[in-house]
Amino acid sequence: MSFWDVLRFAAGALVGHRLRTSLSVAGVAVGIAAVIGLTALGEGARRYVTSEFAALGSNLLIAMPGKVETTGATPFGGVVHDLTLDDLQAVMRLPRVRSAAPLAAGTESVRFGDRSRAVPVLGTTAEFAEVRHITVAAGSFLPAGDPQRGGTEMVLGVTVARELFGEASPLGQVVRVGQWRFRVVGVLAPRGRGLGFDFDDLVFVPVGTAMRMFNRTSLFRVVIEVRVHGEMAETRDDVLGLLVDRHRADDVTVISQDALISAFSSIMRALTLALAGIASVSLAVAGVGIMNVMLVSVTERRAEIGLLKAIGARDRQVLAAFLTEAALLSTVGGLVGLGTGLGAIHVFVRFYPSFPAVPPTWAVAAALGMSVLVGVVFGVWPARRATRLDPVAALVKR
Amino acid sequence: MIELRAVSRTYEVGGSPVRALRSASLRIGRGEHVALVGPSGSGKSTMLHIVGCLDRPDEGEFLFDGHEVGAAAEEVRAELRARKIGFVFQFFHLLPRLTAAGNVELPMLFAGVGRAERRERAHAALEAVGLAPRATHRPDQLSGGERQRVAIARAVVMDPAVLLADEPTGNLDRASALEVMELIEAMNRRGLTLVVVTHDPAIAGRARRVIHMADGELVDDREEGRGKREENDRGVS
Ligand SMILES: Nc1ncnc2c1ncn2[C@@H]1O[C@H](COP(=O)(O)OP(=O)(O)OP(=O)(O)O)[C@@H](O)[C@H]1O
Ligand SMILES: [Mg+2]
Repeated sequence: MSFWDVLRFAAGALVGHRLRTSLSVAGVAVGIAAVIGLTALGEGARRYVTSEFAALGSNLLIAMPGKVETTGATPFGGVVHDLTLDDLQAVMRLPRVRSAAPLAAGTESVRFGDRSRAVPVLGTTAEFAEVRHITVAAGSFLPAGDPQRGGTEMVLGVTVARELFGEASPLGQVVRVGQWRFRVVGVLAPRGRGLGFDFDDLVFVPVGTAMRMFNRTSLFRVVIEVRVHGEMAETRDDVLGLLVDRHRADDVTVISQDALISAFSSIMRALTLALAGIASVSLAVAGVGIMNVMLVSVTERRAEIGLLKAIGARDRQVLAAFLTEAALLSTVGGLVGLGTGLGAIHVFVRFYPSFPAVPPTWAVAAALGMSVLVGVVFGVWPARRATRLDPVAALVKR
Repeated sequence: MIELRAVSRTYEVGGSPVRALRSASLRIGRGEHVALVGPSGSGKSTMLHIVGCLDRPDEGEFLFDGHEVGAAAEEVRAELRARKIGFVFQFFHLLPRLTAAGNVELPMLFAGVGRAERRERAHAALEAVGLAPRATHRPDQLSGGERQRVAIARAVVMDPAVLLADEPTGNLDRASALEVMELIEAMNRRGLTLVVVTHDPAIAGRARRVIHMADGELVDDREEGRGKREENDRGVS
């Protein structure tokens, strides 16, 4: 009896019980679709986060006040010294550092005439444009100069410019932020999101002014560009050593974005695995469903099994036939589930195009493998019951 | 070719033993036509199941072609069922999801016969029972007599030595019953050994040898009815 004969026989038996077959196929399909869909979301989140960090550029270090273990969450605990503009200037003098720019951040309402818009106001210096590869569409970025002195120049993101000025040119116009007055010197080229900021919907002002305006004594971040990519670790040590020296305390965190990316990536991967684990519970449920269906089938088809034995079918052939039925149920369920899951993701991505939801290859392979396995594992017991059936008792109608 | 030596079969029902066969001995030669009769519960089906390798004796020996197979490995007995023994049941036992041809192909499927040959032989077997035009019909589209003829085609498609029939006409009207009996008797005339369990004296009367059973024992074994006058090398114990 060839493999194809067994398969055709099993398929015939399944087609003979359409409703029952489609219900158990649906059970497996839901399980597999859940695995595929959830892992795709997890993987999408991972890619989203890593691409956000990757947008930073590849040889950047970020210094932030406070001590954080390995990853870049918010600082907590202990006495934290300010990260100051003097610190920034000292960092810029380090030989391995090409350039560095400060960031002081707050959200304020920006007004022109009777229009206003609440946006992040980032205080920085001229170096920021170089460090973050920022291009301006009109005018120029913040002028170079002593960061301590401040100034009244402002650079607008494209969205802000459009909202406040419409089609008119904002260059040279005076914009108010609270009691502070700024003169627009440039408009950014469209750029999109990066590390939590929408670069189209914010404004840049000189850092000295921003710190006075927000009444801050510490910088939010210092973004450092390393001269040679191969010297990231050494430069990080240089910067950390310098700042520890200046603060006389180990109270700053310096991270390279590689470390950030891999830390986030592994967190998200663990999350994805956890989601897959949760989803596979539904697969186990589907497996029990298959077992139930096969048990019912064996009970209902006692006469058929008895007949198969009477015409000379071996026990292992009967076993193979019923196991194949179970495996076929779960495999078809797996394929339907895969299709449904991929379709759902496709629709999801249509609505949220910026979220790169893609099921990882391992999840697709594992889901299919699992579906076959579920059928075989949960099919064994019913199939063995079929082979143990006494043909005489099975054939007699009582 | 079939020999039972002091075969007993006892069922346990609710703690008390039911002796379906009590030390039954019997020989059936090649090409015989035997009818097995007796009141309900006398052990006819039990006897047939043991001869058909579907059931095993508790005591005694069952020899097929001179070999003890009553206690043989299941593999050996399955092989016998596949190649040497054909079964016909009162309730047909056709698989409802398969066509007539599909049902006839079934024994060949499990015996590993290739697909093309299965088709060909199933067709020939259906032709032999006069149902070639109904090959693609499912059992529920066939009459009782037609179903039993499909079952007969299935039973003989592997070209067995023995055909065992347990009340093959029990569910048929007189005309269909006659058709079915004429069919298997014709096969018997071409050398197929035939054992038919029946309640119907008219059917039993067609056999050359009639064995009467009562209470698990063979009480009478004689040649009667309108037996055919050809000599067989059989012995009766
Ligand atoms: N599986 C079983 N379990 C218990 N008792 C059984 C079983 N099979 C048969 N018997 C008993 O064995 C005895 C003989 O049964 P058997 O089926 O051989 O009789 P039979 O002659 O074929 O009867 P009938 O003409 O009604 O078919 C009966 O008393 C029956 O109740
Ligand atoms: Mg009976």
